[in-house]
Amino acid sequence: MANKIEMTSMERVLTTLGFKEPDRVPFFLCLSMYGAKEFNISIKEYFSKAENVVEGQLKMREKYRHDCIYTFFYAPIEVEAWGGEVIYFDDGPPNSGTPIIKKNEDIDRIQVPEVRKSLVLKNVLKATELLKKNVGDKVPIIGVVMSPFSLPVMQLGFEKYLNLLYFDKVYFQKLMQINEKFCIEWANAQLDAGATAICYFDPFASPMMIPRELYLKTGFHTAKRTISSIKGPTATHLASGRAIGILDDLFNTGTNIVGVSAEENIGDIKKGCYNKLTVLGNFNGIEMRHWNAKETETKVKETIALAGKGGGFILSDNHGEIPWQVPEDVLLRISEAVHKWGRYPLQWVDK
Amino acid sequence: MLMNRIIDFKQALYSINRLEAEKILAQCVEEAENTMEVIEGLVVRTLDEIGSEWEEGRVSLSQVYMSGVICEELVDQLLLPQSQKRKNQPRMAIAVLEDHHLLGKRIVCSVVRASGYELIDYGHGLMVDDIVERVVRDKIQIMLISTLMLSSALKVKDLKKKLNDLGAPTKVIVGGAPFRLDYQLCKDVDADGAAVTAAETIGVIKKVVDSIG
Repeated sequence: MANKIEMTSMERVLTTLGFKEPDRVPFFLCLSMYGAKEFNISIKEYFSKAENVVEGQLKMREKYRHDCIYTFFYAPIEVEAWGGEVIYFDDGPPNSGTPIIKKNEDIDRIQVPEVRKSLVLKNVLKATELLKKNVGDKVPIIGVVMSPFSLPVMQLGFEKYLNLLYFDKVYFQKLMQINEKFCIEWANAQLDAGATAICYFDPFASPMMIPRELYLKTGFHTAKRTISSIKGPTATHLASGRAIGILDDLFNTGTNIVGVSAEENIGDIKKGCYNKLTVLGNFNGIEMRHWNAKETETKVKETIALAGKGGGFILSDNHGEIPWQVPEDVLLRISEAVHKWGRYPLQWVDK
Repeated sequence: MLMNRIIDFKQALYSINRLEAEKILAQCVEEAENTMEVIEGLVVRTLDEIGSEWEEGRVSLSQVYMSGVICEELVDQLLLPQSQKRKNQPRMAIAVLEDHHLLGKRIVCSVVRASGYELIDYGHGLMVDDIVERVVRDKIQIMLISTLMLSSALKVKDLKKKLNDLGAPTKVIVGGAPFRLDYQLCKDVDADGAAVTAAETIGVIKKVVDSIG
């Protein structure tokens, strides 16, 4: 069969989201801090200017020929907007510092940031606007929010949040109301600025983190309310957390895409959500640092063979962020292998 | 006898029923010859099963955390932290290297203490040199390192090298997501052992203790 006419990245992604086969398997390299390598500057300096991120994203897309622009800066940027501290590293993603909520009663007094007045969030919006001007409708721009249900891990710290979730329903609900309002405003501001879709990071929803029964009483409702108010498509990403066991629940939140963990079989996940959710994943980012040429090609082929047929699939890593330590050569080889083996129809899979 | 109580004890922990867990533990202590036998046979075994169930995807981290905290409190009531009955060998400490993700360390602390061991908590966000200085000062024999970020995990190699250069005989045991996602990483950073779950740490500690002799 003749190869299909070359599509733009946007056409490719929209086709796969419609559970049809595009010209080739779309792939997202979730490159965030990695852009600092393009300028040989520190991660902190890289994120200090929207223009750096714009140029970094464009350079990396040209180099790796992947199918998205990713406007994710770093996870604690939202708590930074709430007045929290960010701790930078030379070779890894920034962390959030001392939690802004020290005791549950602080939730009564917490100041919710206005998205369009926050310097750090405005920086992301500016980068999104500039990137949109540059790529137009040819490449999807993926904006990012922390889910209102997972943000408290940084707002309170893990342990305090677990105690809030289990033992203080009143303050938990109050915090969800506040966070939902912020998250919706933040997501929609990114869409207004030019983002095509929003990656809704919700690692706390994974059955690895809390039992499904608890998720159904808590984070599920939060996600359903929030996602229904976000004026664009969403990808729910559990950031390496397993999704199996809650796939139907995630679908019922109204999301369109699910990020798959490296610890689960992407073929099984695909079968479980075909025609409902597009699967995104699931390269093991930690192992990618030592993949050789043969291994890289094998991983690409294996993943495409498991999940590629029929569309509804975007090849990516399992965490939503390529680690700093993954060599550029590995990314180039992934790209090469996707361009070679990802051409639809995937006749080689049947052979 | 203790084997028969594991299911009930585990159920009490999963439903965060501290009173029921305490009741079961108290009954077992009353019927047993010594407290350590109950801690080993009931608490450690239950936490080990919970760890395995988490690895298999049958329970969540929040249940592992809650179970560890309850067991730590219950064992603290039986054995005061400074009690002679605690397994006070070897000298052991725990820290989160460089990064600021604390839950893993908290769970490991609970499980280790609930298993009758004592350990010093050095905290989080510590650089390699901070840890080396404390390890040498406190003559630590087993250093437990928890990490969440790959960049932090890779710095264990530097930690091991600096300890070796100083002639410290300290064994370094690692844990955290990067080590679970890539088994090769433990070897790459020259760690003396890795634990996939908090409960697995106990088995690794025992092996290291045996190797120290």
